[in-house]
Amino acid sequence: MTMVSNEYGKIITIEQAVEMIDDGCSLMVGGFGGIGSPPSLLQAIIDKGVQQITLICNDTAFPHIGVGPLVAQGRIKKAVVSHIGSNPIAGQLLHEGKMEVEFSPQGILIERIRAGGAGLGGILVDIGVGHEWLAKGKPTVDIDGNRYLLERPLTADISLVYAKKADPFGNLIYDKSARNTNPLVAMAGRITIAEVEEIVPLGELDPEEIVTPGIFVTYIVQSNGVDWKWIWE
Amino acid sequence: MDMGVRERIAKRAAQELIDGMVVNLGIGIPSLIPNFLPEERRIIFQAENGILGIGKSPKKGEEDAHLCNAGGYPITVVEGASYFDSATAFAMIRKGLIDVTVLGGLQVSERGDLANWMVPGKRVPGVGGAMELAQKTKKVIVVMSHVNKDGEPKIVQQCSLPLTAWRCVDLIITDMAVIEVTDEGLLLKEVMAPYDVEDVISCTAARLKMASAIKRIE
Repeated sequence: MTMVSNEYGKIITIEQAVEMIDDGCSLMVGGFGGIGSPPSLLQAIIDKGVQQITLICNDTAFPHIGVGPLVAQGRIKKAVVSHIGSNPIAGQLLHEGKMEVEFSPQGILIERIRAGGAGLGGILVDIGVGHEWLAKGKPTVDIDGNRYLLERPLTADISLVYAKKADPFGNLIYDKSARNTNPLVAMAGRITIAEVEEIVPLGELDPEEIVTPGIFVTYIVQSNGVDWKWIWE
Repeated sequence: MDMGVRERIAKRAAQELIDGMVVNLGIGIPSLIPNFLPEERRIIFQAENGILGIGKSPKKGEEDAHLCNAGGYPITVVEGASYFDSATAFAMIRKGLIDVTVLGGLQVSERGDLANWMVPGKRVPGVGGAMELAQKTKKVIVVMSHVNKDGEPKIVQQCSLPLTAWRCVDLIITDMAVIEVTDEGLLLKEVMAPYDVEDVISCTAARLKMASAIKRIE
């Protein structure tokens, strides 16, 4: 770990971070099929034994990857996701009534997260209008002859993201396709904790290349790296 | 379906992709399509996790865990590629900037309705990005087996499974046939050996119009 000053007080330990994550919390986690999910924070949440979580994430990943183990160990009360197909245990828990699942189409889910992070009251979408499952209970709005569904914004008690580099202010850059949902998730948490591969001194990141401005990031933790095996390994 | 059949379907689907197209491939059979594209063909592959310009699969040992397609498998990128967040990826999709998407299917109706995301009470994997891709892409190709595991036709008059999108499918490619969805209904254009037209008709639960010359794919 590079020695950097902690002048904004944002750099904390993983132990300090999980102290903020309690039973019954709503937890939004970046990542797509586990890629770009924060491995050390997720492991620490498992080790702490946090239960009854409302999870908001693109998907339930794979049983041993990303948020998958939290699902597999029955720690999730409700999941707001776009699909659970890659994690058979999620399907089993849904079938047995042990986990509630709210499905959003993938691009609508991420736009709801963006709306939550951007201070919007909702978004109007023409995906799923009149759909027997996905339009259920959602108000419709007619504008210029087109019908839209009103989709609600999503926020969470805690957002967890994974980034390549952070500076002490919390400015973040990501790594290739591990960016995926992270920049949106970073905006939508009441508290956002960024787990990063490297913490660099202030001024080292070019302002032109910063993807998530540090104002959205409450805390920064140093990652211990991925400890799961990928599906292709 | 054995691997040979899946590959034949992918090979036929590859012929639909022409130079300059922006294409999003679903998981399963669609992901095999790049293996059947001629070296010189320039297709821009998009993935909804946030990549434009996907290249070949990496060599063994050269995989990068942070460079994967939407199915979670390692890829490489071509010159001119870009990375972005998945909200931007879906902006491209909803704005109609994707020329072709190739998706799997559970049922397709004669009007081109697509059901590909759940079997109520049995399998509920969730819709993923298929709703937006099916509804907003310029051309939607569905690749699937002609009948399901119980031998029931998957091309039907009306879908009984929950829909992904209405009137969205343009072309259906199966292990038996290539069928175009037209304003006048389903048009049988090609038959895959060893099947003949009669086989296709008997395994299809919707009206089929016959193209003037039905091509046989060996």
